[in-house]
Amino acid sequence: MPEHTFRLNGEQVTVDIADDVRLLWVLRDILGVTGPKYGCGINVCKACTSHLNGRAVNPCAIPVGDLDPTDEVTTIEGLPATVGAELHPMQQAWLDLDVAQCGYCQPGQIMAAVAVVRRAAEEGREITDTDLDGIRNICRCGTYVRIREAIRAGAARM
Amino acid sequence: MVNGEDRSARPPHGSRALDRRKFLGFVLAAPTLVTAAELVPAEQARADVPSADITELVDLNDVMTLAALPTSGLITVQVDTDGTVSFALPRAEVGQGITTSTAMLIAEEMDVPLDKVRVTLADARPELVFNQLTGGSNTTIATYTPIRVAAAVARGRLLEAAATVFGAALTEVTIRAGVVLGPAGRSIGIGALAEKAAAVRTQQVTAELKPAEQFTVIGTPQRRIDALDAVTGRKKFAMDLAVPGALPTMVCRPPTINGKVGPVANAAEVRAMPGVTDVVVINSGVAVRARTFGQCIDAVRALKVSWGPGTAQGKSDETVLQELKAAEPSLGLPPLTPSVEGKFTFHFRSNSALETNCAIADVRSDRAEIWSGLKAPIVAKEAIAAKLGLPLGAVTVHVTESGGSFGRKLFFDAALEAVEISEKIGKPVKLMWHRADDSRQGRTHPMATSRVRIAYAGNTVLSYKQRHTSVATDLSHGFGEIFTALAAKLPVADLGFSETFFQLSQSMPYNFGVNSRLLNETDKGFNTGSMRNVYSPDVTCARELLIDRLASKMGKDPYRVRRDFLKDDRSIAVLEKVAEAGRWGRSMPAGTAQGIALHSEYHSASAVLVEIDCRPETVGRPIRNGVAGPRVTKVVLAVDAGLTINPRGLEAQMMGCAMDGIALALTSSLHLRDGYFLEASWDNYFYTRQWNTPPELDVIIMPDTTGKPGGAGELGVAASMAAVACAYGRATGTMPTTFPINHGTLSFEPKPVVPPVPQSPTDGLDHAF
Repeated sequence: MPEHTFRLNGEQVTVDIADDVRLLWVLRDILGVTGPKYGCGINVCKACTSHLNGRAVNPCAIPVGDLDPTDEVTTIEGLPATVGAELHPMQQAWLDLDVAQCGYCQPGQIMAAVAVVRRAAEEGREITDTDLDGIRNICRCGTYVRIREAIRAGAARM
Repeated sequence: MVNGEDRSARPPHGSRALDRRKFLGFVLAAPTLVTAAELVPAEQARADVPSADITELVDLNDVMTLAALPTSGLITVQVDTDGTVSFALPRAEVGQGITTSTAMLIAEEMDVPLDKVRVTLADARPELVFNQLTGGSNTTIATYTPIRVAAAVARGRLLEAAATVFGAALTEVTIRAGVVLGPAGRSIGIGALAEKAAAVRTQQVTAELKPAEQFTVIGTPQRRIDALDAVTGRKKFAMDLAVPGALPTMVCRPPTINGKVGPVANAAEVRAMPGVTDVVVINSGVAVRARTFGQCIDAVRALKVSWGPGTAQGKSDETVLQELKAAEPSLGLPPLTPSVEGKFTFHFRSNSALETNCAIADVRSDRAEIWSGLKAPIVAKEAIAAKLGLPLGAVTVHVTESGGSFGRKLFFDAALEAVEISEKIGKPVKLMWHRADDSRQGRTHPMATSRVRIAYAGNTVLSYKQRHTSVATDLSHGFGEIFTALAAKLPVADLGFSETFFQLSQSMPYNFGVNSRLLNETDKGFNTGSMRNVYSPDVTCARELLIDRLASKMGKDPYRVRRDFLKDDRSIAVLEKVAEAGRWGRSMPAGTAQGIALHSEYHSASAVLVEIDCRPETVGRPIRNGVAGPRVTKVVLAVDAGLTINPRGLEAQMMGCAMDGIALALTSSLHLRDGYFLEASWDNYFYTRQWNTPPELDVIIMPDTTGKPGGAGELGVAASMAAVACAYGRATGTMPTTFPINHGTLSFEPKPVVPPVPQSPTDGLDHAF
């Protein structure tokens, strides 16, 4: 079976699995990293949103064979380490505003939020309502209003 | 000061009658302190949402609370040597925040810090009989007193143990923040007392509850106790559990609803696919087990199965509407007085949560163990034991945290299926439904019509009639047991489950003269279940829309007509509050409007004012693979849920209810064609998304006037849906009669039904941002 190696939350990992198995299943079923959630498997619900080399991606739509050994995959579990803290400012904002209800979508929401804020910062601007309207992550509990508040609060601390 | 003299746990004194605040409890024989609540004084059925109908005598929550009474005493609070207090809640946490509110009750009563209280979800406990069902927004109503009694007994025992340690009188000790303070500055943590306060034999004691005026935790805004786990990815749902040998498992399902599985042409070939360990025919399709879910998807897609017809073969929205029309009870002869009348259609809706139906099962010859998010775990356990032919004691059912419910988790379809697969292949399985399965074969809120007629003369309403006709709702697994047991006590004993539920959950908050409502059901061919707030969103939406029409005919303002006809003070107060806070009647541009609506249930009341923008440039704003539609720009929601345990949690529930109401009114439905639902994705089923979210949301919690908690987890859906519908009608000048309003436009390309699940894309890297 082909061997694949990439960096996951700061560590080099290697798995034996077919090339076309999507990264989500490699993370969850083989490596036991369960922060990224399954909600659709077709890159629609965004519950599995994670970062690849600092950009938001959806592991359900990435064959593991597409990864290079130096590619850095960051899941919600590895997010705090990217800022060298117990919690990323976005996670803290989520706590401060008590965003989560069932919590199932929230790892993906937070990972998407961080990327949206970074993108705006790279473009030298503040987060806009259009940015927030453009976030596709589903929350079936309907926490959207608090998510919007938390993203603005988290952005102020990033 | 609250000290031992005030509220110690004492052996009961002979036959002295218990006063209102004294309760009997237990100290159980155990290594550390374990206490239990035994008796809750039976309350009279409450009638705080007055109406000239059955809910005045008894409502759904009274039934559920009464059902819970005989066994509530079996809930236990344990003090551990590390100074924490543990409680296994016999309910399901599905996002509604009951583990947090439960921890608050215990922290309050015991005077321990909130973060020292550990609340877990109890395994299925058949001895609790009716007291392990999560539904009807009943958890806090039913458990508010028993949990506090158990905690109060524990507190009393800790005080007594500390007094002994200190050689002091009970009057000299008290608890502050989990530490017992004694004379001369002495102190001892409750952890150090956990063994000393334990009982060697079980004994009955009395306890007094803390008076409300001394509350310091109840009624204060608290963050969820599971929030840190949720935001760090540490919160474990069923599919996150590592059960040895439980490999990913999926089912290849039929192309039509409940289609019959026939021969499999290529089982051996699929069994040889990479990662696949098992392929087996089961009742609902063909199960595959593999190393990863990705390989399960590949296997499901590769299977060649012959399928027989399903239970809705050939049916479509149109044919079901005809069935409903044929089943509609008559509204009677037209009245001789002026009247307004309307017929409203509510299409099928999905109560699919973000976590799809799923369960882990490990079935052996002599025992079975199941892990799943279950709101009716006792019924699940009984059904599983019966299915396997095992004694009840050989089946262990663990209730896991749920990734949402919205009614779905009253049922245990995945648990039963996982058990069947595990038994057939003799291995543990981790069964997960694909999103497409969950949407197409999962339970739905049934299609319904509601006919309403209001007769009036001058400024008086003479009568209100509502005839609700619905595809049958399956309530059997959830509420059936309760109604069966209590039917004799109810004034509706001759009615079926659904009609009983309907009558008990619907009230008439307005002085509308002679009031009559009926439910008729037809067609049991669909996989149905109640969705959050059950009948109320549709029933209330129809009623409130027709009240707007009545107002127009009477030449009155929609707010004023509601205000004038409302019966009870709590309903009037919430309505007045949203009108004031939302500036009812303010001038708005053409194509935009306000709407206002009211709903009372669960011993609670709610009113919602929304503003909507239906201008073409808003409706037509570009959204990729989604529905834009009218935008609700503002929601003001006032809620009176009686005594609020956690205002922050209540606000969260009302926010979610508002998002549900927006979706129900505007965008979310299932389309039935040729015996199957077209929707197979969140980009087909348009639940509220960020681009539909109101930029302004104001939730106002009313001051408590009852001293008792009401239900709230579902309360706000009905008034939100109705207010959006009313606002839409006022903005466009046309009363909407079909919901959601965009149902007539199919806004996506339906996915194939064979194979039943779509392949995962491979272009994820192209969409990085």
